[in-house]
Amino acid sequence: MTLTHVMFYGIALVAVVSALLVVTRRNPVHSAVFLIVTLLSVALIYLQLQAEFLAAVQIILYIGGIMLLFLFVIMLVKLDVATRQVQFNQQWLLAGLVVLVLLVEFASVIYVGRRTMALPQAPAGALPPNTELIGLTLFQNYLLPFELASLLLLVAMVGAVLMAKRS
Amino acid sequence: MMAFVDSLHPYLIALVRVIIVFLGLSLLVAYLTYAERKILAHFQVRIGPMRVGPHGLLQPIADGIKLLLKEDILPAGADRWMFWLAPVISLGAAFTAFALIPFGPNFMVAGDINVGLLFLIAISSLGVLGVILGGWSSNSHYPLLGALRSTAQLVSYEVALGFAIISGLLLAGTLRMQGIVQAQADQGVWFIFWQPVAFFIFLVAAIAETNRSPFDLPEAESELVAGFHTEYSGFRFALFFMAEYAAMILVSSVAVTLFLGGWLRPFPNVEALAFLELAPVAVFLACAGWCFKEAVRFPRGLEWRWQRLMLLLLGGGTLLVALGLLAPVRSEGELTFPVLAAVQGVFWFMAKVFGFLYAFIWFRGTFPRYRFDQLMRLGWHFMIPVAIINVIFCGLGIAVSKELHWPLWVSLWLATLATLAVAAALMRGTELNSR
Repeated sequence: MTLTHVMFYGIALVAVVSALLVVTRRNPVHSAVFLIVTLLSVALIYLQLQAEFLAAVQIILYIGGIMLLFLFVIMLVKLDVATRQVQFNQQWLLAGLVVLVLLVEFASVIYVGRRTMALPQAPAGALPPNTELIGLTLFQNYLLPFELASLLLLVAMVGAVLMAKRS
Repeated sequence: MMAFVDSLHPYLIALVRVIIVFLGLSLLVAYLTYAERKILAHFQVRIGPMRVGPHGLLQPIADGIKLLLKEDILPAGADRWMFWLAPVISLGAAFTAFALIPFGPNFMVAGDINVGLLFLIAISSLGVLGVILGGWSSNSHYPLLGALRSTAQLVSYEVALGFAIISGLLLAGTLRMQGIVQAQADQGVWFIFWQPVAFFIFLVAAIAETNRSPFDLPEAESELVAGFHTEYSGFRFALFFMAEYAAMILVSSVAVTLFLGGWLRPFPNVEALAFLELAPVAVFLACAGWCFKEAVRFPRGLEWRWQRLMLLLLGGGTLLVALGLLAPVRSEGELTFPVLAAVQGVFWFMAKVFGFLYAFIWFRGTFPRYRFDQLMRLGWHFMIPVAIINVIFCGLGIAVSKELHWPLWVSLWLATLATLAVAAALMRGTELNSR
């Protein structure tokens, strides 16, 4: 039990609890804030696994980009209407059933693989710089898919601008 | 249990550094407000704060105590938790990012991680959450409008800022903060001389990112009272205020690291200029001299006695520091702890940062505020296209110099000229001040 363990379990606990709170809060702004906390904790876990690039990108894209736009939109919505709406419907039985099936599934996977399931350890010392590795992989092995994906995004962006202009 | 205690060790040194940087930064932020008031006052032919301490030197401390003791008002209908959280997020984001700033060759709070600059941008982009939550949770119109404006502005200018940083990174070839400084030492030039366009875009975008004049629309007094922090009072207001100034210091530090050679002294490769390493001593000596001069100049009289005493103490202190810097700690003829060499990096880094901060204040005293549509048009129609074109041309320049074995500076300057040509064409195409 070292500080690394303590930190990991602390971060994991925060991630799970705030993920639960995202679903149960009535006020959408509070939900968004707890979602930000969850995303941050996941970024911290990436950092602990020495995946610094992933952590930084997680914060820039999800929190600095997506969650910011979420908040931007939520702020413009009439909140007192939203908070009075019914939050949960009455299908506890069905939901419980699904959860049970999922639980059994996970348990069986863990049971079957219990001998081979050593948790992956972060290697000692620094990994090779992962920014460069990701760049090389994207631009050497997967150049065509990468360019296609960026083209797709460009098309989506142009489409969005066009739709906004028309109305 | 022993294993747990042992695992704490690597964090202890880091903790000490965190405390040093945190305290130093808090003091710097406090005195930055003093510097701003003083410098602005002199721009406007006033004298600024003079009463609290000699030349008002204790003014920031008095202000701090005042804000701390003020009543903390929670507006009716405000969202209590978010109202409490917002300034904490702003200040937390601004201060945390300093963990990755290389103040000197071996003084960094966090390690020199291999995505340093990216991580720094990520953390500092969290600050806008504080602005938007603070504006929303106040349950008031002006803060909400201010927050909306601020978010739109920050998101827009972050793009240009990112592209300007990429142009610098193309030259450095690494995201590690120390690596960026090292690259400038190796190539023997500050990147501002190879990437003037990127530096200019970075500067403008940085001013917009920190909500400073002439882009301080989120806090435009004449339209929005005080923008997103209208409803804040007392110490929570102080937190927002500190966050703004800490963000100023942060962007200055990034600009210094990326474009102005970080902790390198001017012309680090010219031996003849080695006497510049005595500059810290000279600065402290000049400070001491000024203090003594002012102490003598003060009029005689009972009410000036304390002020004169304080000035003399201050002068004596700075004199001691200057002598301490000179003192070589020798044992058996070997220089064991060269004080002057140890503070060298931090001194040049902070000197450049102060230059930037002065420019920030200078701009505030000089330029009138933009209108919101002008700001947006400038951002999207001019800054972002020029930044993108600069990245493309800079990349081309580096590739050309690699393939044709041209000197790097020739191809980079050709690229810069091409960018400037495109920028001029853009400027003609978009009338920034129309309507």
